[in-house]
Amino acid sequence: MLDLKEWRDSLQGRLRPGDRPSLTVGMSTCGQAAGGARVMAALEEEAGRLGLQVDINQTSCIGMCYAEPVVEVALPGKPRVFYGHVTPERVPVLIEKHVVQGEPVREWALVQVEDGTVPYDGIPVMGTSPYYGCQVRVVTSRLGLTDPESLDAYVATGGYEALEKVLRRMTPEEVIEEIKASGLRGRGGAGFPTGLKWSFTRQAPGDKKYVVCNADEGDPGAFMDRSVLEGDPFTVIEGMTIAAYAVGADEGYIYCRAEYPLAIKRLKTAIAAAEEKGLLGRDILGTGFNFELHIKAGAGAFVCGEETALLASIEGRRGMPRVRPPFPAQQGLWGKPTNINNVETYANVPFIIKNGGRWFAAMGTEKSKGTKVFCLTGKIKNTGLIEVPMGITLREIIFDIAGGIQDDKQFKAVQIGGPSGGCLPEDKLDLPVDYDSLTAAGAIMGSGGMVVMDENTCMVDVARFFLNFTQAESCGKCTPCREGTKRMLEILTRICEGEGRMEDLDTLEALARVVKNTALCGLGQTCPNPVLSTLHYFRHEYEAHIKDKRCPAHVCQALLVYTIDAEKCTGCGACARACPSGAISGEKKQPHRIDPALCIKCGSCMEKCKFGAISRL
Amino acid sequence: MDASGNNDMNIKAKALADVLERYGGTKGALIPILQEAQEIYGYLPREIMQEIAKKLKIPFSQVYGVATFYTQFHLKPRGQNIIRICQGTACHVRGGARLLEAISKALGIGKNETTADGRFTLETVACLGSCGLAPVMMINEETYGRLTPEKIPAILEKY
Ligand SMILES: Cc1cc2nc3c(=O)[nH]c(=O)nc-3n(C[C@H](O)[C@H](O)[C@H](O)COP(=O)(O)O)c2cc1C
Ligand code: SF4
Ligand code: SF4
Ligand code: SF4
Ligand code: FES
Ligand code: FES
Repeated sequence: MLDLKEWRDSLQGRLRPGDRPSLTVGMSTCGQAAGGARVMAALEEEAGRLGLQVDINQTSCIGMCYAEPVVEVALPGKPRVFYGHVTPERVPVLIEKHVVQGEPVREWALVQVEDGTVPYDGIPVMGTSPYYGCQVRVVTSRLGLTDPESLDAYVATGGYEALEKVLRRMTPEEVIEEIKASGLRGRGGAGFPTGLKWSFTRQAPGDKKYVVCNADEGDPGAFMDRSVLEGDPFTVIEGMTIAAYAVGADEGYIYCRAEYPLAIKRLKTAIAAAEEKGLLGRDILGTGFNFELHIKAGAGAFVCGEETALLASIEGRRGMPRVRPPFPAQQGLWGKPTNINNVETYANVPFIIKNGGRWFAAMGTEKSKGTKVFCLTGKIKNTGLIEVPMGITLREIIFDIAGGIQDDKQFKAVQIGGPSGGCLPEDKLDLPVDYDSLTAAGAIMGSGGMVVMDENTCMVDVARFFLNFTQAESCGKCTPCREGTKRMLEILTRICEGEGRMEDLDTLEALARVVKNTALCGLGQTCPNPVLSTLHYFRHEYEAHIKDKRCPAHVCQALLVYTIDAEKCTGCGACARACPSGAISGEKKQPHRIDPALCIKCGSCMEKCKFGAISRL
Repeated sequence: MDASGNNDMNIKAKALADVLERYGGTKGALIPILQEAQEIYGYLPREIMQEIAKKLKIPFSQVYGVATFYTQFHLKPRGQNIIRICQGTACHVRGGARLLEAISKALGIGKNETTADGRFTLETVACLGSCGLAPVMMINEETYGRLTPEKIPAILEKY
């Protein structure tokens, strides 16, 4: 029988480079999109050319999207150093200096990882660096640091300790009590207490039960679940196995969106590896416990993230939500009691079991325990994937970790929670990030997408953008959502085109409230949030569009006015040649002018003018 | 039809038969079967959906209903290369719309259209999960990040 401890002991030290330098490239979807593969090829070529004895590996994403491609260089007995913005052109210097001469290239280094070796001077240490200093990495603790496809690496870093503890020393009830004690709440959006949910499925009558992992991650601007699946698939699998034991299930499904091919591939690899070692499948660890795990690829429908729609989709039907109750815990997949949790929820489970519920509950706020993974995107300097304790303020996240607004522009709003969430303005920046504070402010925790917007973002356009999304994704089953999203979108489009009327704002608000209160599923119930929150915090922008026929952020095309400054215009004619609608006229070497009646506001003239004579108002 | 065309059809029919065989009797297999059928044919021809319905012993309307519900399924042939431009929130605030415009102009086609030579189909998607590198697009299985309209022609060249 598999002896995990012996296996783990035999692996000690194997995670650190032994006697050879190692070069490791971040090769998640995002790392690849940033050119990781070209960097890897360049490393291989250069190492080959110099005849160096090095290991070249790939890992997942350490979370510094802004610095991709990221490469880690580690010499035997020295700290691991992470470099950002690595290009194939930089590779020869990097190898020559760091690998051959043993001196890191300090100006390109982002951080070094403290691991008992003597740190290099002049390179920030991960735990105290500006980007990682306020982070607490639990769920993401292996990301970018281990090989996600290696079960050895997982086990060597404490993997499967929790499952072993559960199967050998705990009853299902004790497991549920431990999860309850941790205060863990669902990370998929609604924040339902996980331990309580498990106890419902446990208590539901029936001998066939399922556990399901929701990896549909449809919120635009969110990639936490993808990163965890690509970076540490085993922790999700171990968490699901523990859940299956706790609720009394012997079969499970991971429903992963089809847009994540790499996550699906890594999951398949991980499942096969775990099965081979008897950590999944029949008679796990010789304890007689069985758990069979399948993967289902989604087929592109946002509403399938809703739990009842997701179950319909696994059953091979159209993914439409149904009325609850009955809840999946009573009647789920094929009518059997089913526990559904989000990727990050399951990923937390092994850590809670290993370290105890009290350890977890010590992090965070009174009602929101532990950490939360967020995706920082939009107009900020450091876009990336972060994990922070609950209760941290938005300001700390946006200004300390993310480094503030790009190009030193003015902060305008942060959108939290995707299409179900809201936009919060500057004076909400000191809000603690927890389920209840965010909901009270008109946003929601959601799954963890945070899109930061600056002065060049139009909030009416943002509201229209979200409505456009939800209108397209509404499954059409119930009228308030199907028709309400259409009407709201019409009004918002009208306002963006300068055709809005003041009474539209009241209609919009009234419609939003009706849809919120009467829609059947969460999609409809929450889709008014972006509208309501922008109406509440940015009403002046709506009014500018309607009353002054002006878009303060210069985004809404129909409201722009292009003019030529006669003082600056040299009469070169470049603009007139670029204009697709013949709106610009003027004699050679004489100031030109734009006929507003002909101008279609495409902006081509402004791009072409070398003298800065054209302005947009 | 010439011999090679016939041959090609036979290979596809055989591949589909294998898929149906493999999923035989599996509960909830309709969506994975449609996914694999689309892999084989590039889209879902009506006759193929009819055949799947027959094999699974379910009404054609059910197959058709599922195929039209999910955006991943296509009932019409598509180009050799599928461009999917992200129009998600993070990409939107970082100029995703301008990117769509630039590609649309470069290829002379709009959203959900295919170039006359069948080389490209242009689609939009609500998020590719690489938002930290916004704006982003995917061509086939390859993701491109931190795009600007200027970078587009060189990328399209490669296909
Ligand atoms: C329209 C809609 C989309 C959703 N999308 C997701 C999703 O992508 N991932 C997810 O985990 N939960 C999603 N949810 C929430 C799920 O219905 C469910 O609450 C969640 O998976 C439960 O897991 P948790 O308790 O671990 O959060 C969505 C809900 C709605 C209404
Ligand atoms: S609220 Fe919208 S998405 Fe949900 S069931 Fe109704 S129509 Fe479908
Ligand atoms: S391009 Fe500029 S300088 Fe030249 S004619 Fe137009 S506005 Fe004048
Ligand atoms: S914005 Fe476009 S249409 Fe208007 S004047 Fe300039 S080039 Fe012509
Ligand atoms: S670079 Fe990988 S998640 Fe951003
Ligand atoms: S919003 Fe474009 S990749 Fe996510």
